[in-house]
Order: sequence, then structure tokens, then C-alpha cells
Amino acid sequence: MKYELVAGFETHVELQTKTKIFCSCTTAFGGDPNTHCCPVCIGLPGTLPKLNERVVEYAIMAGLATNCEIAEIAKMDRKNYCYPDLPKAYQISQYDKPLCQHGCIELSNGRRIRILRIHIEEDAGKLIHNHGDTYVDYNRGGVPLIEIVTEPDFRSVDEAKEYVERLQQIMRWIGVSDCRMQEGSMRCDVNISVRPAGSEELGTRTEIKNMNSITNIAKAMEYEYERQCELIESGGAVVQETLRYDDASGTTSSMRSKEDAHDYRYFREPDLVTIQVPRERVKEIEARLPELPDEKFARYTEAYGIPEKDAAMLTKYRRIAEYFDEACEGLKTPKTASNFIIGQIFRRLETEADKEAFAVRTTAAQLRELCKLLESGKLKNNLAKSALDKMLDSGKPVTDFVSESDMAGLDDATLTEYCKNAIAAMPAAAADYRGGKEKALMAILGNVMKQSRGRADAGAVTAKLKELLSR
Amino acid sequence: MGQIKRLHEKLTAREITCVELTQRFLDAIENSNKELNAYITVTPETALAQAKAVDEKIARGEEIGLLEGIPMTLKDNISTKGIATTCASRILTGYKPIYDATVYELLLKEGVVMLGKTNMDEFAMGSSCETSCFGGAKNPHSLDHVAGGSSGGAASAVGANLAVYGLGSDTGGSIRQPASFCGIVGLKPTYGAVSRYGLIAYASSFDQIGPITHDVEDAAIIFDAIAKYDERDSTSQGSEAALPTLYDAIAGKRIGIANQYLNGVREDVKDAVLEAARLYESMGAQIVYFDLPELDFALPCYYILAMAEASSNLGRYDGIRYGFKAEHYNGIHDMICRTRSEGFGKEVQRRILMGTYVLSAGYYDAYYKKAVNLRGAIVAAFDRAFEQVDAILAPTAPVTAFRSGYLFGEETDPLEQYLSDICTVPVNTAGLPAVSVPCGEDSEGLPIGMQLIGRKFDEKTILNLAWQYEQRGYQAKETKWGVKL
Repeated sequence: MKYELVAGFETHVELQTKTKIFCSCTTAFGGDPNTHCCPVCIGLPGTLPKLNERVVEYAIMAGLATNCEIAEIAKMDRKNYCYPDLPKAYQISQYDKPLCQHGCIELSNGRRIRILRIHIEEDAGKLIHNHGDTYVDYNRGGVPLIEIVTEPDFRSVDEAKEYVERLQQIMRWIGVSDCRMQEGSMRCDVNISVRPAGSEELGTRTEIKNMNSITNIAKAMEYEYERQCELIESGGAVVQETLRYDDASGTTSSMRSKEDAHDYRYFREPDLVTIQVPRERVKEIEARLPELPDEKFARYTEAYGIPEKDAAMLTKYRRIAEYFDEACEGLKTPKTASNFIIGQIFRRLETEADKEAFAVRTTAAQLRELCKLLESGKLKNNLAKSALDKMLDSGKPVTDFVSESDMAGLDDATLTEYCKNAIAAMPAAAADYRGGKEKALMAILGNVMKQSRGRADAGAVTAKLKELLSR
Repeated sequence: MGQIKRLHEKLTAREITCVELTQRFLDAIENSNKELNAYITVTPETALAQAKAVDEKIARGEEIGLLEGIPMTLKDNISTKGIATTCASRILTGYKPIYDATVYELLLKEGVVMLGKTNMDEFAMGSSCETSCFGGAKNPHSLDHVAGGSSGGAASAVGANLAVYGLGSDTGGSIRQPASFCGIVGLKPTYGAVSRYGLIAYASSFDQIGPITHDVEDAAIIFDAIAKYDERDSTSQGSEAALPTLYDAIAGKRIGIANQYLNGVREDVKDAVLEAARLYESMGAQIVYFDLPELDFALPCYYILAMAEASSNLGRYDGIRYGFKAEHYNGIHDMICRTRSEGFGKEVQRRILMGTYVLSAGYYDAYYKKAVNLRGAIVAAFDRAFEQVDAILAPTAPVTAFRSGYLFGEETDPLEQYLSDICTVPVNTAGLPAVSVPCGEDSEGLPIGMQLIGRKFDEKTILNLAWQYEQRGYQAKETKWGVKL
């Protein structure tokens, strides 16, 4: 029998506010253990939390960027559980009145992943195991998080991968998080079940934790899908439990069963007041949001006629898209700028981190200047390409590398002269062409281009050569 | 004139230096604390250094504020930097806060002299001060009787003249009831009037810090000094000052008496309260009798919610970061279990367990959620009452001070302790202000107290009414203890 995969995501994203969610300690990653701490974030007796308004704002931005409704009234709740990295023995989170609800993210295959809710909460500290002893570092305690919960709308591992990439793209784009899975600033838990293809009922699900990369998420889901299918095929039943993914073996193992599930005894956090979100505030935040990748993608493909593959590359990181937008201001064919970016500039940016940082010596305005010369026909394509390479090396403008005469083009007499020289210099090629080998013309053309230092127009040269050789 | 103003005049007239005054209190504490057990920690170095600074200021001819140089004390659940803050619990053994509570910061700015930290029921859970791991504070009117609770140490210290005033905390009556038992004044401010930052939490949505004083004027002075908005406490707002209208006439004020408040109250206590009502009438106030049936639900509502919050608030005491840690254990889970079992007293454990129970899946709707709804109904009932009256007059406790050990006797039902809070908890449930003032004594000479309950953030009205009563009503008896000035 064929089985369909059904999965949902719970994703924790660390917000990059300067200070923690309930105190003014720094959220900087790292630091000596327990140096980014104060009485509030280590939960000393008598201390009280004070909600960082910036956290609310970032969560609303995340909600708006994922098409959520923003609550007018929200509140904080206590989630009670006992663990040494949680110094108050409760996490301040949101239970039944989250800030954002009912959003969605559309995938490239046109399917919509519904977002059930986005809520804000505090992160816990970290346990450090060393020579058989356990230490606690509370630097991360109180760092603001949003938890993004989807409906069980995923039907394939590819959809899951694309969703995580899209989420990273959006959160980085609007500047609320760097979403680094390796550093733990983005953490995904996956709920996964299988059902006979065509069935509408949900199967028993398991929850997988501890995957620190998109590759591992995919591997874990594939493994778990196979495991559940085989279990059912062999007459067994899936047990509802929480699983831990083991990177080394590529397998999942049980962390706790349903019976051991925590009773978090949620109740309203009495130390904080109701969160009021006036509609004007939402509008004001919405107005400040940058144009989102989806919107840019649509504009590039529809209005600019840029191929989808290229548009996807341009919109992967906000800096690239903004560079492109600036470069193609006033251009007749924005594709010219896009081609330079994806062709020549990307070749110099090897890693994803390089692409994201997009540290390019040539300014967008300089690229625009180059594109304009090309558009006006003053500069030929091959000359423009070599000029851009020099520009990228030096950060200098195009006018430093192309002279007036370069841009003036060639008069017919000079062109004829170059062509004659070339034919004379390459008698074998000329003979081949005359003998019917069309391709031989390319070698002669190359010789002409060399003589003209790229100023010649390839079309004009071809026509002239054909004319001379046919005599 | 109240005691604070009287002492202030002595200091400014240089009849006594602040160091002399402080030393007299320290000596009195030294002499009496063994018997009264009012103080957990005495801080002579701090007090004398603060006193010296005040004397220097006076010597320089500078003006001093009303509270400057006045010796006072803090309940031992109010955090003091570098000074042990125990909550009268074994679990906080060795814990010294690294910051000052906002109220103490405010008073430090006023130049007060802090004599020490006072005894209390463990984590403020109790009505007699006897759940303290240091043993209960005694009633200065009779050593056979308790000082009340949970701020029993503060009431005992002030009643015994071992401090001019004390700050206590009131979650279900913990300022008013001991003040009533010790024949002094106790003000529980509106929830949100005084910052809770630095007050070690029992039940966060009920806790409120307030003064325990000899007289109403002192209570108004302290209240005005500490009722300030604090950005560190999101639930704080400050309140209107009480002193400017304290001495106003009260003719035309409407004082309500809810029949339910008199149910189950001992006859002599009821008589004393009704006697006070008659006095108010003679002063031109109007007495309005009315029904407040929702009061019958206040006690279970309060205990469910307070214990639920307590179970969460006290989760942090695990032996990992500070305080007591069990000596022998096997692994982290066992360490936390043993630390909590050995570190918390019986009453605290009882409340943590019940609080955990009412929040648990399957019981939440039947207990916690119902109590939250009831709380809303109680708030609404008081709102309706305050459409008719300016203040409500009621006994502070149904009885006078218990005999020591009575609540924890073999044959005493633990419920009896909870029932004794019946008059005080409705105020906390609704977040209202109330002040307890002495209004009589029983056949054994033990003080009886009455409370005036006001609208939210209307401390000024109840303090005005209390001050007027104090001028012509029952005159509290001085005890034999402490500093006589």
C-alpha cells in the first residue's frame, strides 16, 4: 500500500532584539558563562519581569510577514516545569491568547502551509556537561523567542525543506532573526504521521526533536516516514511519543512516551499586564515592513520578465534584492542588471554567507551606469563584461576602464581593414569556410575582435567577413 | 500627633540624637527579642551607620525629612542587599539578596534607619506566625498568645516598641490581622499602589506591601512615601497621597456594613465594631447596612488562586543556585526532591501540593478556572457596593489573638486556620485597600481590630475615616515593652 506523509512544524526562532524579553541584559550569543545575566533573568526571589516592547513589535512583524491576524489583546502565561536550565521553574510564554494567528506561507508548488499561531516566550539557559559534572549557563535564559506553529499541512519532505528555507528567508529579510540552526537561533520540531494514500483521517503522530540543519530535518523525516510505514505494514501501530534524532546514526529514538508527557499547568502570568495592540500600531508596523520576497519575486517575474529561477536567486537575501532594485532604477531592461548580478557578481560570492552579506565593491549606482551604456549601444557586451570584472576588483566606476574611443565604435573602413587582416592571417580557416565549414568563421571573428579590443560589434563583423569571403 | 512626627520634632529640636535613638531601640531589641521573637535578623551596623549620617546632616544645619532617622523594620520577605532575607524558611538558609526591594530603596532615599528584618509565617503562609522556621513571634499584650500572621514579627515589634513602624506584606490579611491582634494600625494598600519588586512572592496577584504603625497618621506618612509607580513592576501604578486629606471632617460620608461580614464573628468583636459604627454616626457619617452574598465564596476562591500561584512561585527553590540544599542525594531529581522536602515546612508543602492539584489537567476547570470566574464576581460585587458607600466597615478578624499552638494542636482542623482569614481575604481577592485599627479589647485584655475597606486607589478616604475614629474612639493600650518616648 502507498502511504502519504503528513507533517506539521513547531519552529522556535530567537529574536535579535538588543535586550532580553523581560530585562535589559544583552542577547549577544556566547560570552563567558553567566555574564549576560541579572537578578531578573536568573529568577532571583522577588524579581519581576518587564515585557520588552520591541519583542512584541518583532513578533507582530513576523506575523504580518506570514499573513497572520494580529490579536488586539494578548496575555502572557506561565508554563510550569522543573529543569535546572529554567531558573524560575516556569517559562513565561503564551497559551490561549497568542499575538498572531491564522497565517500562511505559500510554497512554490502552489500549496499553502497554514500557520496556526505565533507566540512570544523566553528561552531557557543551557546545561554544560564537563568531566561528569553538569554546569548551567544562564546567558541564553530570557532571550526572546517566537514559536511558529503550523497546521499538519506538509505532504512531502521537499515541502518541509522549502518551508524551513522560506521561513529563514522571511525572518532574516524583515530583520527579526538570523535563523542560524547550528547556533540554535532557529530550532524545528516536526510532528509526523502517515496514512494510506487517499485517506482523510490523521494517523498517530510522533514528534521529532534535536535536528540542527535542514539536511537533518529531511533525513529524520525520511527515516521516520519509512519507520512508520514499515511498522504499519508489518501489522504494528505507531505509538504517540517524542523522538530524538541522532545525527550520527541517522535514526530516531524515544525520548518520552505520551504517558510521560508534561502537565505544564498553564495559568495567566500575574506579574505582567494584558498586552494591548491598538490597530494603529499594527498599521504603523506594517507600513515600516520592507517589500517582502514574495512581492519582489512577483514584480521581477511579471513586470521585469526575469526568469523565475533568476528571480528566486535575486530574492533569496534582502541585500541582493535591494542592490538589484537600486541598480535597475531607470533601466529599460532590468534583466541586464540581473544578468550581471547572477552571472559575474555571484561567481565571486562562493558561500551562502557571502551571498547573504553581499559585500560587493561596485555600488548599485555604478552597475546601473554600466547597464545604461550597454542599453544605449555605446558599449558592447563583451567589453562591458571585462569592464565589470575590473570594476569589481577595484570599486572604481566604468569610465575608468573604457575610453571615449571604446564607446565610439568602429567606422566601416577600419572594420573592413581588420577583417581583411584577419582573413590574410588565417588562410586555412578562410579556405575551410569557403569549402563549406560555417564554423571556421568563428575563429576569424575572434581575430577581428582581438584587433578591435572588443569594440567591434559581432553581428557587423560576421556580415563583413561573409561579404569579403564570398567574393 | 502621631509617633513619627513626634520623633521628628525631637530629632530636629536636638532633644535626642539619631544615634542615641537608634541605640535605644537596638538595646530594647537585645533585651526583649528572646521573649518576643519579633526579629529574625537585627542589623545594628546598618542602623547605626544610617543614624550617624542623619546626625551629621542635622549637625550641618540641614533640614531633614519626616522619615529621616526614624528607626523602622522590614518583614523578612522584603529583599535587602547583602542582608539575609529568609522568608522564615529553611530553604533560604544563607541566601543574601544582591539587590534592594523598591520599597526599601524608596525609604533609603528618605534616610530611614533600618533596625532589622522581622519574623513571619514561612513564605507568608499562615495566620499566626507559627509556621516560621524560627518559631512564632509573641503577642506583646500576652506572651501566651500569638502576634498573628503572617507579618507577626512586624506587629510584635511595633506593638512592643521595638521599632517605630514596620513594612509588612498582605496576601490574605497578613498586615491587618496581626495589627489587629497586637492593637496597632495596619494598612493593606490597593493592589498596584506599592511596587512588589523585591518582595519574595507568595501569591503574585494578591501580594501587597504596606505599613504596620502605631497610629493612622504614621500609616498615611509611610503610605505616601512608598505608593509610587515603579517601572520594574508592571502591575504598579502608585496612588493618591493620603496625608493632605487625613484630618478632614467626615460628615456626610457613607459607611457600609455588609451583613455577611458579621456572620460567625465572636459577639464581643461584633459589638466593638458596631460601637465604632455608632461613633461614626455621631460624627455625621451615614451607616448603610447591605448584603454582599458573594463574600461567602471569597475564602475558597482566595485559597485556590493563592495556592495555585504559590505552587508556581515556589518552584524555583531547588537547591541549585542559592539557599538550602539537601546533604545526601542521588542525582539531580533526587536532589531537588530532597531539598524541597527538607527545606520547606509542612504548611508550605501543603499549599504547594494543593496549588499544583488545582492547576492540574482534569482539575483545572473544576477549581482554578471556577475560582478565576468567582474572583470576577467578587470584584463586581464590591464595585456595586461602592456605588452606595464610600467605605465598608468590618471586623478585621472574627476573634482576638489565638493562644500559642492552638492552630496547630492535635485536635485542630487545618481548615480552622484558613477560616480565620474569612474577614480579610475578600479585600485581597478584589484588590482593594483596607486599614485595620484597634477598636476594643476582649475580657482577657487582648485587642480587637476593625477594618475600613475602600475603593481602589482611595486609601485617602479610609485613612481619613480611620484617623477620625482614632481621635475619639477606643484608645489602644500601650504594652510594657520597648522604647518609651
